[in-house]
Amino acid sequence: MEDYRQTKGRIFDIQKFSVHDGDGIRTIVFLKGCVLRCRWCCNPESQEYGIQTMRVDGKEKVIGRDVTVAEVMKAVEQDRPYYYRSGGGLTLSGGESLCQPEFARDLLRAAKECGIGAAMESMAYAKYEVIEGILPYLDHYLLDIKHMDSAKHKEYTGKENRLILENAQKIAHSGQTRLSIRVPVIPTFNDSVEEIRAIARFAKELPRVEKLHLLPYHRLGQDKYEGLGREYGMKEIIPPTEERMFQLKKAAEMESGLVCQIGG
Amino acid sequence: MGLYEYEVVEIKKTDRIDRLVANLFARMPEIESARAKLVTESYKSTENEPMIIRRAKAFAHILENIPIIIREEELVVGSSSLAPRGCQTYPEFSYEWLEAEFDTVAVRSADPFYISEEAKREIREANRYWKGKTTSELATSCMEPETLTAIEHNMFTPGNYFYNGVGHVTVQYEKVLAIGFLGIRDEAQARLEGCDIADGDYVRKSRFLQAVILSCNAAITYAQRYAALAKQMAMECSDAARKAELIKISENCSRVPAKGAESFYEACQSFWFVQQLLQLESSGHSISPGRFDQYMYPYYERDRKAGILSREFAQELMDCIWVKLNDLNKCRDAASAEGFAGYSLFQNLIAGGQNGDGIDVTNDLSFMAIQASMHVQLPQPSFSVRVWNGSPHEFLIKAAELTRTGVGLPAYYNDEVIIPALVNRGLTLRDAREYNIIGCVEPQKAGKTEGWHDAAFFNMCRPLELVFSQGMDQGVQVGVKTKPVEDMREFSEFYDAYKEQMNYMIELLVNADNAIDVAHAKRCPLPFLSCMVDDCMERGLSVQEGGAVYNFTGPQGFGIANMADSLYAVKTLVFEEHKVTLKEYKEALAVNYGQGLTREMVGGMTMQIAASLKENGQEIGEKEVAAIMKAVIEASQMPAVKEKGERLLKLIEEVPKFGNDIPQVDAFARDVAYTYTRPLQEYKNPRGGVYQAGLYPVSANVPLGAQTGATPDGRLAGTPVADGVSPSAGKDVNGPTAAANSVARLDHFIASNGTLFNQKFHPSALSGREGLEKFVALIRAYFDQKGSHMQFNVVSRETLLDAQKNPEQYKHLVVRVAGYSALFTTLSRSLQDDIINRTEQGFC
Repeated sequence: MEDYRQTKGRIFDIQKFSVHDGDGIRTIVFLKGCVLRCRWCCNPESQEYGIQTMRVDGKEKVIGRDVTVAEVMKAVEQDRPYYYRSGGGLTLSGGESLCQPEFARDLLRAAKECGIGAAMESMAYAKYEVIEGILPYLDHYLLDIKHMDSAKHKEYTGKENRLILENAQKIAHSGQTRLSIRVPVIPTFNDSVEEIRAIARFAKELPRVEKLHLLPYHRLGQDKYEGLGREYGMKEIIPPTEERMFQLKKAAEMESGLVCQIGG
Repeated sequence: MGLYEYEVVEIKKTDRIDRLVANLFARMPEIESARAKLVTESYKSTENEPMIIRRAKAFAHILENIPIIIREEELVVGSSSLAPRGCQTYPEFSYEWLEAEFDTVAVRSADPFYISEEAKREIREANRYWKGKTTSELATSCMEPETLTAIEHNMFTPGNYFYNGVGHVTVQYEKVLAIGFLGIRDEAQARLEGCDIADGDYVRKSRFLQAVILSCNAAITYAQRYAALAKQMAMECSDAARKAELIKISENCSRVPAKGAESFYEACQSFWFVQQLLQLESSGHSISPGRFDQYMYPYYERDRKAGILSREFAQELMDCIWVKLNDLNKCRDAASAEGFAGYSLFQNLIAGGQNGDGIDVTNDLSFMAIQASMHVQLPQPSFSVRVWNGSPHEFLIKAAELTRTGVGLPAYYNDEVIIPALVNRGLTLRDAREYNIIGCVEPQKAGKTEGWHDAAFFNMCRPLELVFSQGMDQGVQVGVKTKPVEDMREFSEFYDAYKEQMNYMIELLVNADNAIDVAHAKRCPLPFLSCMVDDCMERGLSVQEGGAVYNFTGPQGFGIANMADSLYAVKTLVFEEHKVTLKEYKEALAVNYGQGLTREMVGGMTMQIAASLKENGQEIGEKEVAAIMKAVIEASQMPAVKEKGERLLKLIEEVPKFGNDIPQVDAFARDVAYTYTRPLQEYKNPRGGVYQAGLYPVSANVPLGAQTGATPDGRLAGTPVADGVSPSAGKDVNGPTAAANSVARLDHFIASNGTLFNQKFHPSALSGREGLEKFVALIRAYFDQKGSHMQFNVVSRETLLDAQKNPEQYKHLVVRVAGYSALFTTLSRSLQDDIINRTEQGFC
């Protein structure tokens, strides 16, 4: 077996039959560890690289396990008939996959080499050299852009947005991957027409962006905070209404001229 | 490319269709007495004649005299009852249950029927004649005592054909459409003239052909009565538009089904009379229209080319037929009603697929059939689509749109499995390619097959119970006296004991079915049906006596997931990990894992203990029985018992389960399914055909689960058994693709009487064109892996829970039950719960 298939990494979940993270029917591999600390994060168990325990339905559950690329691919292979029929494949998610650059790269490479479509959902918060190493194996980059204002970005996620925006430019200009921009719409953070418009304007200027996704904030991760013994900082935040999302979609479309979609 | 071009454009529903539906469902269905009276009158006057002639004469007497009605605004006419969705009774098959249930039939939970005092009186009066003359009584006397015992102990349930006509057939509609009953009558006449009175089979042949002639005449007379009624109504009608419609109806009925149809409208009317009258001849259900889009197409195409038929009107006529299919109804005994819940007649109509040459023949009508089901949103017809590698993508997308409405239709069938499976059973490739589905999921070639699909429910869990009890059930030796489980040293011994119990029960099942088969041949041959099935006319033999080209018997097994999980758990926990002994397992099962005993369980155990004490020479009176019962209850409630049970349940929970894409578990499940499918195919039926297994439960997994004790997979006593080939509810935790991969690992080819795989989706799963695309891809990928059938419920859990609370607001909520859809609020509470609890495949 080739060496890269022995590369080890840390994941916390493999989710089959995902239909909202890239084309077709997909298998999502969630990598553990993240650079950002978004207040609304719906996968708080993804943030720490370290293995944790979380209470789920009253039971302690170990979050995180170390696996090889080959082991992950065994699970990914199981749904090959569905990828074949739907144009789906593997999607890496997290966490931030780029926190485990070799593992992420080798997973994508393994998928590509056996004819399985490879996508990655990421904030592009890493040195560009890391991303550059991945691009040859990536079919579709689902790039998260959360805010154009660096100060606000830092306040809500813990980091400035400069690196993300720079990398977005470079990825788009590389021409090596399909690119979609995904914006989590978080009330009180970025849900004003102006803020969404600003992101749309940025997306418009990137070459070859396929689609702009507006992902409405949801509270499905709330229980996990409790399970981890953490305070959920967004208790008061109410998910945006359908009308509101529609309005933002219109605004984004007008501004960018891109195809814009609510949800993944 | 297929053979035909087609249009995908949606056609709007007319207001008439909404009103027809509203009128149909305005009140509770009713039992009527006319047929019971007429069939009895006729039988009394024909006692010395051959049975086939008696049947024909009775059929004619009914059709000449039964009250007829044209409902408001109908365009296609013919009703078997005056009340909408009413039903007639069929005492020649069985009658005692109905009399016993006269006073409860209107208030029972599954499929209640209103019955008037007058109707009760008339039916009771008619029934007096039938003592000792029914098919069910003859069947009973043809069965061996051990078979009757096994039935009594719910090992299997052949009640369907025991109590009722067989149905489960698709006739040559195309023949009636082409030459009419006059044409068929002429054919019979010519054959009759060709017979030599000195031939050895002359008596049989001539009487059969005479019966066909009588039956054809009866159908023609019946249509003429409608022609006259329509004409009279037209004369009395003041509304000009309706008057014109009635005149047209009258013209139609005076031409068809006597003659060949000359227009699409006539073809619709002719089709309907065949469909309706088949059910008036016998009380069988699953009389399936089959490939409606194929045999109706020539008439549609001709009228379209001639410019005399709009697509809109063709659609309205089809919608009318779809509504009419819900007008036919049948009252079953209370127990059967639970097993076939939802007033279902399982009239399966299928669209798409290949012709005999293997070319795709999806056409305009295939799309319009989907549209009709979208328009009427009713359980009938049980609508199906055929899927193969050459199916037009747009056709499947349109079908998925229907799925998205939540009506549980259509069911999807895989040509790539079914065609070779039928060829393996001896059909020609050409015939196999033209298959349609009967009832729930049973494939066959129309107009050539007496498939006896649905021949019995076989609960695969019960033989495993017998392994633990050495064949004893409630103190009676029902099964084989296999080795005590305490003495088993290898898993193979345990598995072999299961197979031994299975084989024995399968033998008894065959005995039961064959006895019933003979009873139908002797007492209820059906000449009208037989004149539309090859080679009955040629052989001068009714379908029931073996006149069809292909003959099968297809009893359906269910509970595979439970048995796979059970046997796998025993293998793992007892023989590999040594965490529990079979003795401990046995004790835990006997007390339902300490989770409380049902009344049936207490009764059963008491009888078991009493019997063994008696065997040891002890006197057992009422007092002793009461003491045993008390001891049983007390023992089962001890904290230690509960604790032990819970410990075992926890261990079982850790064992991998079927439905999660774990190859070794799934391979095991495949082998477990063979314990039913393989032995069965070795048996023959009295019509010269073979047995073939189905793996589907209709809705019997719920009532029969209620009669099943705890199983080693952790399933508690009395709870539903897994439906079809689907994983046990809630045990498939890795999503729809993993479940489908597991199910595809079963051998669907050998289960040629059909397999049934349920999936439930939240409506959000199918939203947008993208949702439909992914949904179709899921079906395709399951079928690529050689799954045979797939069906879906697309309704949110919240909706179903709300419908339980506020049934009056959900009168029209249709859900998928098993091989069919039914109105949710008409189902029994336990079946409703079972549907709610099926694993809902969510999305991320």
